Amino acid sequence: MKKLKELAHKKKSEGFWSGVYQALPIVLGYIPVGFAYGVLAQKSGLGLFNTVAMSVIVFAGSAQLIGAGLFGAAASPFTLILTTFVVNLRHLLMSAALAPKLRGWKKWQIALFGYELTDETFALHTMRMAGSTPQKSQTFAVNITAQSSWVFGSLIGYLAGGQITDVRPVGLDFALPAMFIALLVPQVVQPVYLMMAILSGGLSVALYLLGFSQSHVIIATMVAATVGVGVEQWMKNSSS
Amino acid sequence: MDEKLVFLTICGMGAVTYLPRLLPMLLLSGRRLSPWIARWLSFVPATVLAALLAPGLLCRDGEFTLELDNIFLLAAIPTFLVAWRFKSFFGTVATGMGFVALGRFFFS
Repeated sequence: MKKLKELAHKKKSEGFWSGVYQALPIVLGYIPVGFAYGVLAQKSGLGLFNTVAMSVIVFAGSAQLIGAGLFGAAASPFTLILTTFVVNLRHLLMSAALAPKLRGWKKWQIALFGYELTDETFALHTMRMAGSTPQKSQTFAVNITAQSSWVFGSLIGYLAGGQITDVRPVGLDFALPAMFIALLVPQVVQPVYLMMAILSGGLSVALYLLGFSQSHVIIATMVAATVGVGVEQWMKNSSS
Repeated sequence: MDEKLVFLTICGMGAVTYLPRLLPMLLLSGRRLSPWIARWLSFVPATVLAALLAPGLLCRDGEFTLELDNIFLLAAIPTFLVAWRFKSFFGTVATGMGFVALGRFFFS
């Protein structure tokens, strides 16, 4: 890893290795979560080809875990596609939030970039693009590294699936929450963002418990962002 | 389901995942957003990540839990501290997973 850091530093002008390096924390989380997906897919009776194909074609953590479970429960193609759509609809908001940073990009570049937009790559790009415009080769290196590690994790999970009964003892199942914490903390730049993060988290839990277990994230996000704009405006008005 | 139908279903899942990822950035990238929308979108990273995180820490098997044996919630405390104090993404993820593994090793 140290070598990669040096390489990233040395080749900063090229950008690619620097992007690989920046994606390493995502890799640390994606290999275990991809592994868990691979194990589940194997146990659900999916073949090797389709297990890996889902990681290449869909590339979405929670949707794939739910999907593998649904395949195992012999759900219909319609149920699978509709569930995936609802679970992944939150990317709509992330895509819109990153759009202003992509000014001047060619359409095919946006098409490639959007293909690998996940919760984690979104949060990382938000940070990377906050004050500067990083090189595109670096940006694509982040995405390609992230998805490669996801596909790799799925593959070894599938191959190990026959031997493994439980991934919990090693703490692998905390990889996703830990990644969300690591990505959330740097986003809280002002008190109002902290307040809205707490509101959104609370709403998400409440909706989840009420049975909106596929749309709780997008609803909570939209409500909290709307309240946030209102609170910000109110604070501005009352201070002037 | 045979393998072929599974593959076609996966392609459908891919299509309905890709469109919401692609369309907003494709349609909005060249335009200047109204300040209201830009401010609304500035809340998205923090609120969406909190909404993704919270149920995993506070719910188990579809029920709310604040019990002391909720290892995810306990592990979240040092994880948050590392994220806030050291600003190390890699260190944060490693800390969280390490604490959960240790907790399970010693207490269960």
